[in-house]
Amino acid sequence: MAVTARPALDAQKLRADFPIFEQKIHGKPLAYLDSAASSQKPRQVLDTIREFYETSYANVHRGVYLLSERATEAYEGAREIAREFINAPAAREVIFTRSATESINLVAYAWGLDNLGPGDVVLVTELEHHSNFVPWQYIAKRTGAEFRLLPIDDHGELQLDALGEIDGQVKVVAANLVSNSLGTINPVTKLAAWAHERGAIMVVDAAQGAPHHRVDVQELDCDFLAFSSHKLCGPSGVGALWGRAELLERMAPFNLGGHMIRSVKAEETTWGELPYKFEAGTMPIAETVGFGAAMNYVSAAGVEAIAEYESELAAYALERLAEVGGVLTYGPPPERRAGIVSFNVEGIHPHDVAQVLDSEGVAIRAGHHCCQPLMKRLGVAATNRASFYLYTVPDEIDRLTEGLHKARKILG
Amino acid sequence: MEDLYREVILDHYKNPRGHGVIDDADAQAEGLNPLCGDEVTIYVQFGEDGETVDEVKFSGRGCAISQASTSMLMEMVQGRTATEIAELPKEDLLEEVGIPLTPVRLKCALLGLGVLKVALHRAKGTPLPAEWAGLDELDLK
Repeated sequence: MAVTARPALDAQKLRADFPIFEQKIHGKPLAYLDSAASSQKPRQVLDTIREFYETSYANVHRGVYLLSERATEAYEGAREIAREFINAPAAREVIFTRSATESINLVAYAWGLDNLGPGDVVLVTELEHHSNFVPWQYIAKRTGAEFRLLPIDDHGELQLDALGEIDGQVKVVAANLVSNSLGTINPVTKLAAWAHERGAIMVVDAAQGAPHHRVDVQELDCDFLAFSSHKLCGPSGVGALWGRAELLERMAPFNLGGHMIRSVKAEETTWGELPYKFEAGTMPIAETVGFGAAMNYVSAAGVEAIAEYESELAAYALERLAEVGGVLTYGPPPERRAGIVSFNVEGIHPHDVAQVLDSEGVAIRAGHHCCQPLMKRLGVAATNRASFYLYTVPDEIDRLTEGLHKARKILG
Repeated sequence: MEDLYREVILDHYKNPRGHGVIDDADAQAEGLNPLCGDEVTIYVQFGEDGETVDEVKFSGRGCAISQASTSMLMEMVQGRTATEIAELPKEDLLEEVGIPLTPVRLKCALLGLGVLKVALHRAKGTPLPAEWAGLDELDLK
């Protein structure tokens, strides 16, 4: 394939780090094209978790013994890695959570319940994953605020012109950095500037963005940013939230319990310092350490190189899909698209397409991708989605197109 | 693979039996499988005894498995009574479908049967068994 003469990212080499590709699926090599749902894990991350459990495991911030110190050091080390990964001003602004979804719920509840009310507007985009849609819709309803949607155009790009029609006291603007369905890269910096002109906060869902694109919270000038480990070569069960210290400090806690307190008395409990105020209970310790190793792995590969490589893969996939015939693709042109291609095959339900592809060892996602409002906007019940990562090779895209020919033959 | 899309499934998918709408149906329900967006609406017209299915149709869109199994269901229940259908075990339909199904595809295959049982439950008060392991996540409206 003619993706690039000298790729800055050597996917074939990186792929060898991922044990999952050593097996056969239905007797065929695995073509894993569902990294937008979750990524595979490199040996470096798996080894880190195993080694941590085997040599350094204990609960963190508790014991005075050596193991607890080691565990705490590894856990807090991950926080510093996360800070650097998103260029946050301070590590105390980085809160570990169970997922990007929990990160957004934390903001929606802890900030939203105390700062939203009748007459206020919560604005989210039509491109949002349910995780950055449903919490805001729910908290808006609970507080009497108005919940509004920023529409997209037919290419799946935000209609910034429509911002002019948003009236009322906008308090929250919530948007994803990259759409998990269409791969649209959103102009978050512009949205943040618009939000700040109105005194609103800007909440960024970077679950899809952070694993593939350079994220700099100071450059984005957002107020909160959520991302997760499992889409970033790390284990599931852990995510992160970055927030501006002055906002986090004024917020009530979200989860309550052990470790997030300063003092507990029958009459009153006072809260701990940042970030512990928001980390109640025993956190997913080893997963967080693995998350740190994953960020290191992705940084070593180079997020900018990843973004560039995936954009080339997306362009190649769009080109190959166009050759199949009867394939309708959704989303923006390759230069403004991440490594995600959503499509439908004329007359064939995505489930059937995915089933035929599975028999060929090709894993794609078929469904609404947790974006039902977006599916409605596109006028479809579901789409197929092929998504890429740093271990994706062009051969997998070739096998996708061969599988589509087969699906058309059987079901068309 | 060849098993999954065997000839009879493809035949029912491409030429669904009982596809259409019955206006003013005696019993009607609509169901959605939120996992994949399959939608099925089923319409039932009873005979003079008010019990026996005189005409049954379905509309909606979905994958080959959901559409073919619902089409097969239309043929299976024609002429049966509401009580008989309420008692119809899902295994009977799955036997008719006759292909191995993963848990996700099982939901597709049983969508139509669940919707039909709901329609009859509403119209006739027939019991809606709790044993529908594969149907518990369906959003039956």
